[in-house]
Amino acid sequence: MIAIIDYKAGNLKSVERALNRLGFPCGITHDKKEILSSERIVFPGVGAAGKAIDDLRHLGLDLVLRQAIEAGKPVLGICLGAQIILDKSEENNTPCLGLIRGEVKLFPSPLVSAEGERLKIPHMGWNGLNVIRRHPVLEGVMPSDEFYFVHSYYPMPASDQFVIGTTEYGIGIPSVIGNRNLIATQFHLEKSGVPGLRILKNFCDWDGQTC
Amino acid sequence: MLSKRIIPCLDVREGRTTKGIKFKQNVDIGDPVEMGRLYYEEGADEIVFYDITASNERRDIMIDVVSRVAGEIFIPFSVGGGIRTLEDMRRVLLAGTEKVSVNSAAIKDPDIISSGAEAFGSQCIVLGMDVKRVNPSATIPTGYEMVINGGRTYTGIDALKWAKKAEGLGAGEICLNSIDADGTQDGYELTLTALISENVNIPVIASGGAGNIDHIHEVLTRGRADAALVASIIHYETYSIREIKESLHARGVKVRMTW
Repeated sequence: MIAIIDYKAGNLKSVERALNRLGFPCGITHDKKEILSSERIVFPGVGAAGKAIDDLRHLGLDLVLRQAIEAGKPVLGICLGAQIILDKSEENNTPCLGLIRGEVKLFPSPLVSAEGERLKIPHMGWNGLNVIRRHPVLEGVMPSDEFYFVHSYYPMPASDQFVIGTTEYGIGIPSVIGNRNLIATQFHLEKSGVPGLRILKNFCDWDGQTC
Repeated sequence: MLSKRIIPCLDVREGRTTKGIKFKQNVDIGDPVEMGRLYYEEGADEIVFYDITASNERRDIMIDVVSRVAGEIFIPFSVGGGIRTLEDMRRVLLAGTEKVSVNSAAIKDPDIISSGAEAFGSQCIVLGMDVKRVNPSATIPTGYEMVINGGRTYTGIDALKWAKKAEGLGAGEICLNSIDADGTQDGYELTLTALISENVNIPVIASGGAGNIDHIHEVLTRGRADAALVASIIHYETYSIREIKESLHARGVKVRMTW
């Protein structure tokens, strides 16, 4: 079973519906035993970093997540779940989980495109993905594929070795990051049509080893 | 770079899709679940349902429709119409949407924007604006006034002032509908759209008036819109979403071309 971690952070049901469509049994849960005995974990999230961290700690799920990752279980972070895995966030200077070294940064303002146009923050809508490091979970991603983003902060790992894909929005931002059996996408792959479902399926078939 | 979005809008009344002209007549044009799935497969970037069910008792039908659509489409899904309270928002979000739009309820009680943003996140809260052109005055300096009840009631609120206020309260996006242009198929209200879009930092979806692809092109370029809402021109199969996107792409507008 795939455990979708429930810490009251947004629309978990859309992840569940996407996994159901792909035919993978899953459950939304905050039960520690259930999470630790699951085959793999999806760690979604929307909203503010501070509240998410507080809710996770309150439920004891920060430790569970760390334990699962250390045990080699494949873990997928989505959106806020791709941010709070770093050491800290500029969003109210929130200390985060420290599962990947680095920090979460606010888009600089004003933000302008290469063509000199003013860009709005949040970064909301469909944008591309440059795969810069081969990864089993990104198998089959086409250069023209686009994914759905909604965020004002972005993950910036301390080292390029953790950056798997990038996206251009005024600046280049890491949009897929990972370390060993942990991978995380800033975009909502459950809301990114067929290309998003393809990545989700790859994750469900992934053994947690990188190439 | 970010793509401009093409967003089909379905007006749903008691479980069926309808299309009205200037909010007056409504004709049945199909099953919303089937149409939602079809537009998803055709490359829609997002789907908006607008509940125009007259009575509160019949709203359960909408919740059922929303949850069936949510199981079929894997792109952002937004529902508006009749959203008055936090509980209304919660029901729609739990049924499977990413966003809810508030319109007249926010004019009567702007706090619903901030409480909705606090409870569910700004990214969930779309401000629906119905706007009519009027003579500029001290209260309506831009000459664009907020209206409610399908344009029958003037509120005395300037559209630009309202957009900025709502942004400050935590609205994550604006769906900007020109009552003057809606249903005419004569083109979007470009001046209004550019005015709002250039003066807020949240995305603006232009609504009302699309009759051909030139209109969509205009509003995404000169009108500075981040997205275009389309209804009649796709419901009546004047164009498919793919045709719209191919044409925009050929004219240099960045749109999502694979799905």
